[in-house]
Amino acid sequence: MTPPGDVRVDVQGLRIVLTGGSADVVDDVSFQVRSGELLGLVGESGSGKTTVALALLGHVRRGLEVAAGRVLVGDNDMVKASDQQLQRLRGAEVVYIPQDPASALNPTLRIGTQLKEVLQYHRQVAAAKELGDPKARLQQTLEEVGLGKIPRLLKAYPHQLSGGQQQRVVLAMAFALRPSVIVLDEPTTALDVTTQRHVLDTVRRLCSAYGVAAVYISHDLAVVGGLANTLTVMYAGKVVESGTTAAVFGRPAHPYTRRLLRAIPSPERSEVLEGIEGQPPPPTRRPRGCDFAPRCPLAAPACSDGPVPVVSLPGGHLVRCLRTELTAGPDIRRPLEISASRPEDRDAQLRVSGLSARYGAAEVLSDVSLTVGREQCVALVGESGSGKTTLARCVVGLHTSWSGQVQFRGQDLPPSAQQRRPQVLQAIQYIFQNPYTALNPRKTIGQIIEKPLHHFYSSLSRSERDERVTRVLSDVALGPDFWSRYPDQLSGGERQRVAIARALVISPDLLVCDEITSALDVSVQATIVELLRQLQAERHLSLLFITHNLALVRSIAQTVTVLSEGKVVESGPVKRVFERPENPYTIRLMEDVPKVVRGEQQPRLPAP
Amino acid sequence: MATAPDITAPVLPARRRRGWAAILRQAASLPRGRFGLGVLGLVVGVAVAGPFVAPHSATASIVAPFADPSRQALLGGDILGRDVLSRVLDGGWVLLLMAAAATALGVSIGTASGIAAGYLQGRPDGLIMRTVDVLLAFPQLVFALLLVSILGPKLWLVILAVGLSHAPQVARVMRAATLDVSERDFVKATELIGVKRRRIMAEEILPNLVSPLMVEIGLRLTYSIVIIAGLAFLGFGQPPPSPNWGIMINENRQGLVLNPWAVVVPAILIALLTIGASTFTDAIARVTIGIDREAEAGALPALAAGEEP
Repeated sequence: MTPPGDVRVDVQGLRIVLTGGSADVVDDVSFQVRSGELLGLVGESGSGKTTVALALLGHVRRGLEVAAGRVLVGDNDMVKASDQQLQRLRGAEVVYIPQDPASALNPTLRIGTQLKEVLQYHRQVAAAKELGDPKARLQQTLEEVGLGKIPRLLKAYPHQLSGGQQQRVVLAMAFALRPSVIVLDEPTTALDVTTQRHVLDTVRRLCSAYGVAAVYISHDLAVVGGLANTLTVMYAGKVVESGTTAAVFGRPAHPYTRRLLRAIPSPERSEVLEGIEGQPPPPTRRPRGCDFAPRCPLAAPACSDGPVPVVSLPGGHLVRCLRTELTAGPDIRRPLEISASRPEDRDAQLRVSGLSARYGAAEVLSDVSLTVGREQCVALVGESGSGKTTLARCVVGLHTSWSGQVQFRGQDLPPSAQQRRPQVLQAIQYIFQNPYTALNPRKTIGQIIEKPLHHFYSSLSRSERDERVTRVLSDVALGPDFWSRYPDQLSGGERQRVAIARALVISPDLLVCDEITSALDVSVQATIVELLRQLQAERHLSLLFITHNLALVRSIAQTVTVLSEGKVVESGPVKRVFERPENPYTIRLMEDVPKVVRGEQQPRLPAP
Repeated sequence: MATAPDITAPVLPARRRRGWAAILRQAASLPRGRFGLGVLGLVVGVAVAGPFVAPHSATASIVAPFADPSRQALLGGDILGRDVLSRVLDGGWVLLLMAAAATALGVSIGTASGIAAGYLQGRPDGLIMRTVDVLLAFPQLVFALLLVSILGPKLWLVILAVGLSHAPQVARVMRAATLDVSERDFVKATELIGVKRRRIMAEEILPNLVSPLMVEIGLRLTYSIVIIAGLAFLGFGQPPPSPNWGIMINENRQGLVLNPWAVVVPAILIALLTIGASTFTDAIARVTIGIDREAEAGALPALAAGEEP
């Protein structure tokens, strides 16, 4: 084994451009990773992190080309390597773990076939590394990733495994040949917190045990913070800050990093989430100076003049900013006071009691009870498969095979939306998880928001309707120029605002929000949640806020209900449940939530 | 769960594309689209302008039967000594009009029943699709022949027969596309405010079927031409002596060795018409597949977000 400390990945001045144009997708990216070390590559969508990750495997997507720089993996320059060389290196020396394990595995082949293929294809590498008999090696790898005890695993097909198991199979494939470099592209985004934590523990253990250099790409700073030794923060294709995890989280020096950290909800206290206004510039429109300057509260005229040099701070901490003297102090977040008023029974807007729901023969909810009071926000949390979305769909009338009682303002609701009275349909509004499918792509934003208005207030004149649409657009912080745009011209956050506007335009009393921020970046999530919290107060709304992100709950809800396998395991005021959980399941859930450690505290680091 | 970026997708700046006009424009800008449109334009031009520039009457005998091409009749004479050129120029528009009408009829019926089956599901779905299965058991031409031979060769009947023979095939395609669109959240969002189903089908679903619809129109137009010309060849269509490319092939094939032009020219025109229509349809299909793929991938939000409206 190579002695620890060897540089395994060395990226210098990497620049990747759109073919045929000069627009940079990635510019001046440099970093090093030593063996046994884990580098977190952090950035929001469009920051170029996946492009960099793929470059580590010598792959550039069609439409892009490497314009400058080098990518050394061991002694191999992945940019210059021939296809044959790349074929030999990939899977053996450098491996890639994609975001979605389900699409990384071939659904028609047995797990064993797919695992053996790696060892078979690279048998010379396996022989050179003295990994021994393929069969024994396979078993050993499976044990290393925690799959050793599952009977008949090799005979199974991918769909017979859970998401966590699938990701472990992919990990086993990756570690089978003891690669020296491993690239992980948000490998746990699709997993719930407990599974995520187990997978992350496995990754960390294997990396340090075998001296693998790992590059971990993520938009989730909380996950990366608990895992990485060093961090590289990317924005608009450039590295804006890099250093040890302790330095970057403890003394964030770039305004973007500081704002990003403020956008992350904490499960430990209630804080006002602050998103970042505006959007990162696309590759074709990057400003001449600092890319973040147009959104930066500290920007000075000099920031927009020309390329910003990298400044070196003590402890190998690098930052691309001209205003570091202003960011030297610690960052303070505003605490949030959420009044924890207990709802009076007569004030209950929504009361669910003894609800059991089924999909075919499977019971997904059993005897669930829940009350949402007037102007109250109730969070419903649980892992995937806990039945929280089904509950939401029962409440709004999309899922109809249930028994029990759903009452709205004291009146029983029939199961199907079609049987409900128009007043009820207007009073309860549902906001969908995926803003990319919730808006009709063939209609303008104006038409989309006007539709429910037209339906419920058909007596309004054209100008009255237009006025209401304009007002609700400004309520969700979108300008009137959005009126004539189409959904595909909007970012995910903007689309979700439109979906909120569509729900608000008919003045509902209860909003059911189903994982509405899970498809969005953290900074956008913060803006949306904060917007929702303000709108709730202004418009006296009741909210049923469904999420798997426990930390988010503290920044919006008064009470929380924890759902597990279709049953309510705990419910109560947010502060109590988070600080003194009583149910063993809740206790475990709280422990598994990744937390960002700020200020002077040290993050958990892997054993050297 | 965050949307997973497709790492295999090519990185292309998102372009604005939607609606009929944009798809047609883009299809026309592809090489095969340009070719198809050119060929189609040529044949349609002949058919439309033909009656105005024909040198002779289409029904008057002016030369000997199957006369060789001469100064008087540039493409020679047909079986009754009529001018082949004039009959060719005069015989296209009826065929085109019939094909267009049959296509419109077939696609309308097929789309309406396909959307209804796909969106309403349950009993309407079963009823419509089982009917479709029965109709699909007959080959298109045989089905049309059956209707026409029972009720007699009338123009409207040919259009009806061809249109009806298209409907089941269109219905199948539209049902499949509807099933996909109905699952999307914006349809559910409209259902949740209590909008009537009929309006959901017309206002939310139909506009999202533009892509398959355009491909179907092109495809069915091509088949209509072939079937109508085929029926005319078999003697079902316009009554003689009015000219029609299909009838001309039938009438004049006995004199193929004497004056081949009387058969070859209408045959080439029919062939060009179908080639043009199907090539352009292919271009449309390529454009729409690209659009749908990008729509699914979220069209690379970072790049798309910067595009001007």
